[in-house]
Amino acid sequence: MKTILFIIQKEFRQIFRNKAMLPIIFVLPMIQLLILSNAASFEIKNIKFSYIDNDHSVTSRELISKFQASNYFNVIESFSSKKVADWQMQTGKVDVILEIPNHFERDIIKENGSNLSVSINAIDGAAAGVESVYISQIINSYNQKIQTQLYQYNEASYIRPVNIVTIPSFWYNNTLNYKTFMVPGILVLLVTMLTLFLSSMNIVREKEMGTLEQINVTPIRKYQFIIGKLFPFWVLGLVILTVGLTIAKVVFSVPILGSIGLIYFFTSIYLLVILGIGLIISNNSDTQQQAMFIAWFFSVIFILMSGLFTPIESMPQWAQNLTLLNPILYFVEIIRMVMLKGATFSDISRPFFIIIFYAFALNGIAVWTYKKVN
Amino acid sequence: MNKEKIIEVQNLTKQFGHFTAVNSISFDVYRGEIFGFLGANGAGKTTAMKMLIGISKPTSGEALVAGFDVKTNTEMVKRSIGYMSQKFSMYDDLTIKENITFFGGIYGLSKIQIKEKTERLVEELKLEEVIDKLVGSLPLGWKQKLSFSVALLHEPKIVFLDEPTGGVDPITRRQFWEMIYAEANKGTTIFVTTHYMDEAEYCDRVSIMVEGNIEALDTPKNLKSKYNVASMNDVFLKLARNAE
Repeated sequence: MKTILFIIQKEFRQIFRNKAMLPIIFVLPMIQLLILSNAASFEIKNIKFSYIDNDHSVTSRELISKFQASNYFNVIESFSSKKVADWQMQTGKVDVILEIPNHFERDIIKENGSNLSVSINAIDGAAAGVESVYISQIINSYNQKIQTQLYQYNEASYIRPVNIVTIPSFWYNNTLNYKTFMVPGILVLLVTMLTLFLSSMNIVREKEMGTLEQINVTPIRKYQFIIGKLFPFWVLGLVILTVGLTIAKVVFSVPILGSIGLIYFFTSIYLLVILGIGLIISNNSDTQQQAMFIAWFFSVIFILMSGLFTPIESMPQWAQNLTLLNPILYFVEIIRMVMLKGATFSDISRPFFIIIFYAFALNGIAVWTYKKVN
Repeated sequence: MNKEKIIEVQNLTKQFGHFTAVNSISFDVYRGEIFGFLGANGAGKTTAMKMLIGISKPTSGEALVAGFDVKTNTEMVKRSIGYMSQKFSMYDDLTIKENITFFGGIYGLSKIQIKEKTERLVEELKLEEVIDKLVGSLPLGWKQKLSFSVALLHEPKIVFLDEPTGGVDPITRRQFWEMIYAEANKGTTIFVTTHYMDEAEYCDRVSIMVEGNIEALDTPKNLKSKYNVASMNDVFLKLARNAE
C-alpha cells in the first residue's frame, strides 16, 4: 500500500509538472463542450430556398409567404425559369427549388388539386430528407387550409370538416432542445477520450525514457505499479466529469433529473474500463506515437458506433450487434437516462452490469499482458 | 581473500529463437569484489546481466544472486540488488529530492530513512544548490553520480552497473570510480560492464565475453601475463580478434 502511495505521489507530481496538462484537463473540455454542443446539431436551419412562380396568383403568393414565415427557410430569390434556377443549384447558391405551375390556383379550385415540383440538393442525403419533410409539412398545412376554406365556401350548409390537430408531446425533452440531448453525449466523449489518451500514453512514456526498466528491477509488484499508474487518471476522469457537468448545468441548463451520485458511481466504474483499454494499448506499443494511433483508432470506432451522432436503430443488423461491444454506448445510454429521464439504479442495472463485466475482463487482459520479465 | 560467493552462475543460457545470445556461461562472483563484465557490442553481456537482475528469463541454466534463484525468487533478488542502466534512468521531470523520495519509497524505506539518506547524499555529493532542481536540467556527469547513489539507497548487497560511464569526461569518470571503490570497501559487490579498458584495469577480476561465451576470467594482472601483453586493451583485442 505504501509503495502504491509513493507511485501515485510521483505520478501526480509529473502530471502537474507538465505545463500542458492543466489546460488539457480544464480548458479543453470546456471549449469542446461549448463549441460542439452548439455546433453538433441535426436541426437544419437556414435552408437556401428559391422558387419559380409561374402562376402569380394570390394562392401561389400565399404559399411562398408560408416559406418566408418559416424559421427554417431563407428565401433567397425567385427565378424566372427552371433553367436559371438549375444553374443556381449547380453553383451551390440554392438548396431547394419550388416550382409553382401555371394555373395553380385555378386547378386547386376547379380540379381540387394541383402538382408542385420540388428540387432538393441531396449531396447530404440526410439533410435532404429532413428538408423534404419540412417542405411537405408546409405545403400540406397550406393545402389543407385551402381545402378547408373551399369546403366552407361551397358547402357551408353541409357538415363542417373535422379538423384533426395533432399536438405531439415530447417526453424527457419537451422543447426538443437539441443541446439537452447532445451535451451529456459530448461529455461522455470527452471523459472517455481524455482518459484513454492520457493513460495509454503514460506507461509507454516510461518505456521510451528507459525508466520502465529501472522500475522493473525494483521489487514493485505488477498490481502496485498498475494501480499507482492508473489511479491518477481515474481521478482526472472524474474531475473532467465534474467540469463537464458544471458546464452542462450552468451554461446549457441541461436538466439533471436523476441522482448525481449514480452518475459518479457509474462513471467511476466506466473509467476502469477505459483505463484498462489504455493499459492494453500501452502494453502493446513501444512509442507514444504508436499508442496514440491505436487509441485514436479505437476512439473513432467507439464514438461513431455509440449512438451519439447516429441512431443505432438505423444501422444494419451486424453493425448493431457490434455496437453491443462498445463501452461508450452504455455510458451514453446511462448518462442520458439518468440526466434526462431521472433513471434510478434498477433502470440502468443491465448496462451497469455489462460495464462491470468489461472492467474485470479488460483489466484482466491488461494485467496479464503487462510483462515485467521478457 | 574472503571467498564467499554472492553470485553463482551455472550453464546460464538465453536463446532468442534460433539465436543463442548467451551460451551456457558459468562463473562466480565473490562478496565485496569489483567484477568487470567485458565484451564487444552484441557479445551478450547486457542479456546475461538482465537475467541476473531478474528482468529476462533464462532459457536454461541456474543463477543464484545473493543466494536467491533468479528464476523462482525474482522478488527477493530484486530486493538485494541495485541497478544502474546505460540509459540514464531517473525521472527528468522530477527534482533530485523527488527522485530520491520515489526510489527510496518503492524500496520500502521509511520517511525518516528517506530524509536521512537525502541529507547524507546532499552532503556527500554537495547537492545543496541543486536538490530542488529538475534532474533533466543537470549535466550528464552529475546525473550518473546521482543515479549510482540512488541505486545504492536501499543498501543492496550487489549493485549492477551497465556501462555506467558512457559519454562522460575523464575527470567525472575518475570521480565515478572513486565512488565505486568507496562502496566496494563498505562490502558491496560491484558488477560492472564497460567498454573502457582502462576501467577494466580497476576491477578485481574481469570476464571477457565473446559471442555468448566467457572466453577469459581472471584478475587483470593474470590475464595480461597469460596472453603476454602489456594492457587489458591488448587482451581484449586478442580475444575479440580470435573470434572473427
